[in-house]
Amino acid sequence: MKKKPEFKIQNITQPTKPTADYSDPLLRELVSHLRQNRTQLREEWARRITDAQLLTAMTKEEIFSEATSVYDNYVEVLETGSVEALQAYARNLSERIIPRGVETHEVVGIVLLLRDVLARSLFKKYQADFDLLNRVLDAYEPAANRIANTVAVSFVQERERVIRQQQEAIRELSTPVLQVRERLLILPIIGVIDAQRARQLTEQLLRGIRGNRAKVVVVDITGVPTIDQIVANHLVKTVEASRLMGASVIITGLSAEIAQILVTIGVDLSKMNAVGDLQGGIEEAERLLGYKVIISQEPLSLKEPKL
Amino acid sequence: METEAQTEIHSAADIVTARQRGRTLALQLGFNGAEVTLIAAAISEVARNIVDHAKKGEIVMSSVMSSATSNSGSGRRGIQIIARDEGPGIPDVAQAMQYGYSTRRGLGVGLPGAKWLMDEFDIDSRLGRGTTVTMKKWLPYK
Amino acid sequence: MQVPILKQGGYLIASIQSVLSDADLLQLRDSLGDRVGEFRSRGVIIDVTVLDVIDSFATRMLRAIAHMLKLRGAETVIVGIQPDVAFAMVQLGLTLEGVGTALDLEEGLAYLDTKTKRIPADGN
Repeated sequence: MKKKPEFKIQNITQPTKPTADYSDPLLRELVSHLRQNRTQLREEWARRITDAQLLTAMTKEEIFSEATSVYDNYVEVLETGSVEALQAYARNLSERIIPRGVETHEVVGIVLLLRDVLARSLFKKYQADFDLLNRVLDAYEPAANRIANTVAVSFVQERERVIRQQQEAIRELSTPVLQVRERLLILPIIGVIDAQRARQLTEQLLRGIRGNRAKVVVVDITGVPTIDQIVANHLVKTVEASRLMGASVIITGLSAEIAQILVTIGVDLSKMNAVGDLQGGIEEAERLLGYKVIISQEPLSLKEPKL
Repeated sequence: METEAQTEIHSAADIVTARQRGRTLALQLGFNGAEVTLIAAAISEVARNIVDHAKKGEIVMSSVMSSATSNSGSGRRGIQIIARDEGPGIPDVAQAMQYGYSTRRGLGVGLPGAKWLMDEFDIDSRLGRGTTVTMKKWLPYK
Repeated sequence: MQVPILKQGGYLIASIQSVLSDADLLQLRDSLGDRVGEFRSRGVIIDVTVLDVIDSFATRMLRAIAHMLKLRGAETVIVGIQPDVAFAMVQLGLTLEGVGTALDLEEGLAYLDTKTKRIPADGN
C-alpha cells in the first residue's frame, strides 16, 4: 500500500513567505553538494521511482529524463528561492503526463522520494558532525517541503483544469436544442443535471428560443435519473424566463420519482405545463401552435394549420 | 485597461450610469454576455437601494483576485462592487435580506435579489451611520 | 429620453429606443394612459428589445402599466426581452405575471390579435 502524503496542499498562486533564508551559507553548501553529486543522486532517484512502481505509464528513459529536469529545477529553487521556473515546469510536465493516466499519488510519491534520496545523502555526508547535520537539515526541510508543495499543487491544478475542460466538452455534446418544426424546439436532457449544467441548459435554451423564433419548447427529462432542489428551482426559473421571452415550455418525461421530489420540496407546479411523454408533449405543442394533429395510416401525415 | 470605476449616486438617473460602467468593466474583465447582464442587474439593485433609502452614496467597482479565505478558491479573477452610503442604516439586516421584504415602495427584491446574482455578498449596516454592500462575482475557470 | 408611441390600427406601439431612467418609465406610463384614452386603443405593445437590464423597478413599472391599461380597456404585451435579460430577471425573482409577453413585434401583434379577437387584415 502506498502511504498517503501528509503535507497540506496550499495554493501556490498566493505569495508565500520564503520559509528559508536563501543566502544561508548552509543552503549554498547544500546546493553545491547536490550539484557535485548530480549524476549519482539522479540515478538513485530514478531507481527508487521504478522500485516503488511509480510512473508505470512511462518508460525508464522517460522517467530518467524527467527526473533530470525536476532535479535541476529542484536545485535551482534551493539556490534562488524562486519556485516560478519549477512551477512552470511542473505544469508542463503535468500536461504531458495527465493524458497518460498518471495519478496524483504518483506525482506526490516521486517528489517525496526525491526529498528522501537527498536527505539520505545529507545524512551520509554530515553524519560525523551531528550538530552540523541538524543545521543543514533545518535549512533543507522547509525548502524541500515548499518544493514538494509546488509540484503537487501544480499537478492537481492542471488535473482539475483538464477535468473541467472535459466536463465542458461533454456538456456541450450532451444537450442539443433541436428544432423539430417551425416555432417548436425540443430539448432532450440526458444524465444528471448539476447546478452548473442547469445554468448552461437555460442559457442554450433561451438563446435557442431567440435564434429559432420558437414559440413552444418541449423539455424532455425522461433521461434524467433524479433532481435536487437547486435544479428543480432552476427548471422553474427556466420556464419563467422562457415565458418572459414569449415562449411556452412543456415538460415531458417527469418520472414518478421526480414528480414526488418536486411535490415534496414544494416547487410551484402550477407554472409548469407537464405532459406524460415526449409524444404527448409534441402533440400539446402543436395544439398551442395551432396545428391540428391528424392520426393517419400514412407514414408522413401532413399536418395542416388550423384556421 | 481601466480596472476601477467610481460612480456617485445622487438620483435615479445615476443608476443607469453605474450600471453601464459596471457593464463596461465586466466586459473588459472577460465576463460573457449573460454574466455581464447579471452583474449589471445586481448593480442596478444596490444603486436603487441607495437612492431609495439614503438619497446619495457611491458605487466603486474594481477588478479583484480571490484570496485563500474565499470559498470559491483562491487565485480567481473577478469583479468587486462596493455600494456605500451614509444613510440611516438598516435596522434589521437579516429581515431586509429576506426575499419579499420591503420598507418602502419596492418589491422587496433588491438586496436579496442582488445576492442571488453574485457569488459573494456582504452587508455592513450601522444605524445612523450608513450601509456598505460588498459583492463579488468570479470569472469561470479557464 | 422620451419613448415614441406610434399608432398602428387599433394598437399603440411604444418602442423603447435607449436605456431608460426611472423618470422615463414614469413618463411612459403617463403618456400611454393618455394615448389609450385618446385613441380608444384595444392593445399596446411595449418593445423592450434594446434594454440591457430590466431591474425590479422597471419590472414593477411594466406590470403597473399593463394593469393600468387593462383597466382602461387595453391589452398589453411586452416584446423583445433578450435571453440574458430574461435570465437575470428570473434570477432576481422577477416575473411579469398577468402580463403578456412575445418574442418580437410581429409576435406581439399576433398576440394582440388573438387577445382582442381581431381577425387579421387578410380576412383568413
